[in-house]
Amino acid sequence: MHDIIIIGAGTAGLSAAIYALRAGKSVLLLEQLSYGGQIINTPEVENYPGIKNISGFDFAQGLYEQATALGAELEYAKVTGITDGAEKTVHTEGKDYSCRAVIIATGAKNRPLGLPKEQELTGAGVSYCATCDGAFFRGRPVAVNGGGNTALEDALFLSNYCSKVYLIHRRDAFRGEAKQAEQLKAKENVEFVLNATITELVGEEELSAVIVTDKQSGEKRELAVDGLFIAIGQMPDNAAFASLVDLDPAGYVVAAEDCKTRTEGIYAAGDCRTKTVRQLTTAAADGAVAALAACAYIG
Amino acid sequence: MAAITLTSENFEAEVLKSDIPVLVDFWAPWCGPCRMLGPIVEQVAEEAGGSFKVGKLNVDDEGELAEKYHIMNIPALKVFKDGAVVRESIGMVPKNKVEELVKF
Repeated sequence: MHDIIIIGAGTAGLSAAIYALRAGKSVLLLEQLSYGGQIINTPEVENYPGIKNISGFDFAQGLYEQATALGAELEYAKVTGITDGAEKTVHTEGKDYSCRAVIIATGAKNRPLGLPKEQELTGAGVSYCATCDGAFFRGRPVAVNGGGNTALEDALFLSNYCSKVYLIHRRDAFRGEAKQAEQLKAKENVEFVLNATITELVGEEELSAVIVTDKQSGEKRELAVDGLFIAIGQMPDNAAFASLVDLDPAGYVVAAEDCKTRTEGIYAAGDCRTKTVRQLTTAAADGAVAALAACAYIG
Repeated sequence: MAAITLTSENFEAEVLKSDIPVLVDFWAPWCGPCRMLGPIVEQVAEEAGGSFKVGKLNVDDEGELAEKYHIMNIPALKVFKDGAVVRESIGMVPKNKVEELVKF
């Protein structure tokens, strides 16, 4: 049995592990994909206090090494549920693990458009990672969908390689940084397609176009593109815990700054928790708060 | 067996004319998810008992091969058997998915 099981080995989960281990508790991390979480997709992190510049991969690697050097155990398994009790049991597809406290740090993943053919065309023109896949579209027309920082960063990045970048957003103003929107406006090969949603993906083997529909006029327009980069935000994945914690309508675990859920000894940390700012710093902060709360609960 | 570094020079001999299936990992050093998946693929290669082999192809160095196999997302894993792609996966995948790819 472990003192604390942490579900998810992203920034929140690994930070929680560091704090719990330094408090003398034993920790098992359960991760379904790879440690590091979403930050591994970010080429340069420049807003983590105390670190001027680091790649997301190196940041994740550093956190992982710090946690494992302190004695964190990591197993790759998909958690399917938790059973509460004096001892808590965390169920995975393969086996069950017992512990005294649980920290849910499942993060969030890319939100898909939910259109027909989206899955089939992923890898054949549809992508969720401009920094990974942008270079394959050198000299070709592409579209970015979204209005937040990620979408603006993606569009700016792609405008350096691609012949044309359509930035499609369902509103008339961007949620992302004004500075980046200004930079994009100055680019000759960037065209804003605002108040519009993508309603169809065109292409058999590979993507050849997207059809956008104007939200006001209902008018449809076909944009010939070889690539579509989807950056319409994240969605959580907490359904497995719904019997023990409250979820908000979007699926985030309801917990305040103290990271406490409605079940004693079960905490939520990082992007999976209801909050307004989802950043590396807030994920790390949650990790510390949840870990110390769990330590206090165990006694 | 350790993973082989694939280039345009050895691709035909190591992959297309291989007697056993080959798992090819298309990657690039600047791609975070690729660097996460890399050690998993290498681990699967180490654990392979000789029923298949594993090759790593850097898409920056080998742009022509990446283009030939329509690589538009990395990391991309493709399993070659008798000179043709028979299975593939895109993006970061867990170790058991990598193992499933090479289970025949």
